[in-house]
Amino acid sequence: MTRHDTMTALCAAVLFCTCAQVQAQAAQIDIPILYLRAEVDQPPVLSNLDPVPEDLGLAGAEVALKDNQTTGGFLGHNYTLTVVSVEPGGDLAAAARDALGTAPFVLVDGTAADVLTVADLPEATGKLIFNVASGDASLRSENCRANVLHTVPEEAARTDALMQVLQAKQWRNLAMIVGPKPADQAFAEALRRSATKFGLTIGGEKAWTFDTDLRDSTMAEVPRFTQDLPDHDVLLVADATDDFGRYILHNTWLPRPVAGTHGLHAEGWASVIEAWGAVQLQNRFEDHAERDMRGRDYAAWLAIRAVGEAVTRQNSADPMALRAYLLSDAFQQDGFKGRALTFRQWNGQMRQPIAVVNDRALVTMAPVEGFLHQRNETDSLGLDQPESQCTAFEG
Amino acid sequence: MTRLALLLMTIALPVQAGEIWVTNEKDDTVSVIDVDTLEVVKTYPTGERPRGVTFSRDFSRLYICASDSDTVQVMDPNTGEILHDLPSGEDPEQFVLAPDDRHLFIANEDDAVTTVVDTQTRQVVAQINVGIEPEGMAVSPDGKIAITTSETTNMAHWIDTATNTLFANTLVDSRPRHAEFTADGTKLWVSSEIGGTITVFNVADQAEAGKVRFEITGVSADLVQPVGFKFNPEGTKAFVALGPSNHVAVVDMASLAVEKYILVGRRVWHMAFSPDNSKLFTTNGVSGDVTVIDVASEEAIKSIKVGRFPWGAAMRPTKSN
Repeated sequence: MTRHDTMTALCAAVLFCTCAQVQAQAAQIDIPILYLRAEVDQPPVLSNLDPVPEDLGLAGAEVALKDNQTTGGFLGHNYTLTVVSVEPGGDLAAAARDALGTAPFVLVDGTAADVLTVADLPEATGKLIFNVASGDASLRSENCRANVLHTVPEEAARTDALMQVLQAKQWRNLAMIVGPKPADQAFAEALRRSATKFGLTIGGEKAWTFDTDLRDSTMAEVPRFTQDLPDHDVLLVADATDDFGRYILHNTWLPRPVAGTHGLHAEGWASVIEAWGAVQLQNRFEDHAERDMRGRDYAAWLAIRAVGEAVTRQNSADPMALRAYLLSDAFQQDGFKGRALTFRQWNGQMRQPIAVVNDRALVTMAPVEGFLHQRNETDSLGLDQPESQCTAFEG
Repeated sequence: MTRLALLLMTIALPVQAGEIWVTNEKDDTVSVIDVDTLEVVKTYPTGERPRGVTFSRDFSRLYICASDSDTVQVMDPNTGEILHDLPSGEDPEQFVLAPDDRHLFIANEDDAVTTVVDTQTRQVVAQINVGIEPEGMAVSPDGKIAITTSETTNMAHWIDTATNTLFANTLVDSRPRHAEFTADGTKLWVSSEIGGTITVFNVADQAEAGKVRFEITGVSADLVQPVGFKFNPEGTKAFVALGPSNHVAVVDMASLAVEKYILVGRRVWHMAFSPDNSKLFTTNGVSGDVTVIDVASEEAIKSIKVGRFPWGAAMRPTKSN
């Protein structure tokens, strides 16, 4: 056989296989994805040690896009990502209206109100929106929307995970310090709800009211501040913007561990997750973003990977067809957390293990062994079907 | 009478001595288990994060994927000495030695490529772009097809070894970890860890021929995660490690039905048969031990403590004492 003949035979073989394998390769499918970010002015916090990354969330979307593009390259699926970032106080609705015309898949990186602003636009009908930033409970309950799926865990799932760990360790008597911001209050409420759910007691609470720069006097002030709390096993802190929480650890009156937003905390993703192949994802992310992967990065990564998984399996870019697939029993997502991830069919929340961590190590992955559930153990975390007021997913 | 004679014959047969070599991912060592005494007889240092492990055809060389050292190490199994390193591409995780006893096909997990290395010239022959997180590697008995599975792309990539190019890419369930051709070369099995299945392909046309599904009473379905597996030499049964469910499944290869689940150590990964195929040794990552399964009775008979996070396993026959 001449070299030419060999080449022809090889080409024929390749062509044959391509046709026989995946008929879809005949037609290229375009999957345009929009990352819509409502920028916020970060509030001033006491410490400058850990600034919020500029590309928080977005970097995760970019890594997932590359993951999808590699797979898409074998199947004729072409993924693209457009970023629209609206300045604080800007017109999010107008920006969304323009962008929705060209992208059937939208990640919203904003507050619960931002998610609803986008989801309720006429242009959003028939589109598939992913909430990648808001852990707000109402979005999974009375304010749920049929066109919105959530890849970021609800706050209640994180606080449930934390309480499962405290209950498993039999550290059941708690006290709590609550910050003054609305986000602090919301997180404190989630902690109270989870404590009740898992049979723990918050015996006393104090509001954080300091308005001075405490950094030079924490060792003098914080013990006195915590001295009159009733005795407890663990001190909870609700400081959602990372303002004062870091100064509570090791400054308490009683020698007690701290948990909540600081100390022992529960996250959708953390840089200390190593098992379940997570190192590969951490490495890809660090190579791309030159920083650690955080919860919002992971939520955005998951959203785009879920779109990719659905497109791969369904060979379609029709958002409604993909929504039906994502909500079906057939869908399963590998999220590097040791279990297949799926969507809750009653409110569109992605069902996922939660990492309970400190700053240097994974303590455990919740659901914690022994917390059972009739459907799926992961449904012991967050709003379960009977608790959710969501009706948009019925029928 | 006949039965007694058979029994006596079995006893009279000389047991072939041998060793199971186990890589300890978190200790940077290999443990050597004597298959007769079922004890660890030697432990040798390796490069960082050793995972995939295999012997040359004549068992004179041990190849070790030292993932975090970005190299494949070649060890003299008689001395434990590292003879030299092979270029491997970045983060080699698993590999397979071609039937020519010369070419290694290596999955580079962090790099989305498969590297082909000539173990004689110690040169990289080819690098083939595959899906994200390549891991499982297999080569057909005739050496004409190599397979890489990619964990995040969820595909088996079919490589024509004559040209080192892809000729097919077939989807499997989520997170494929391991691939093996049947001894006759007609079927390819691919395990999917998160999907919880094994997909069986007809090699001739790369079409799906069936799926193996698993269900263990009392174990949550999403923790039943097939990873490594081995076929018995008769080609009738497959032994499948089911990860964090801590069981090995025995699968009838004709019907693809699971016949039995054997309880082993925690997070079972890979396995190797003894030289006479009477025993199967499984690596249990989380419990840091190796479970010995008696193949005839399909019962676990012993646990052997090895290093931290044992991962790969390979067998070497040795001379009987």
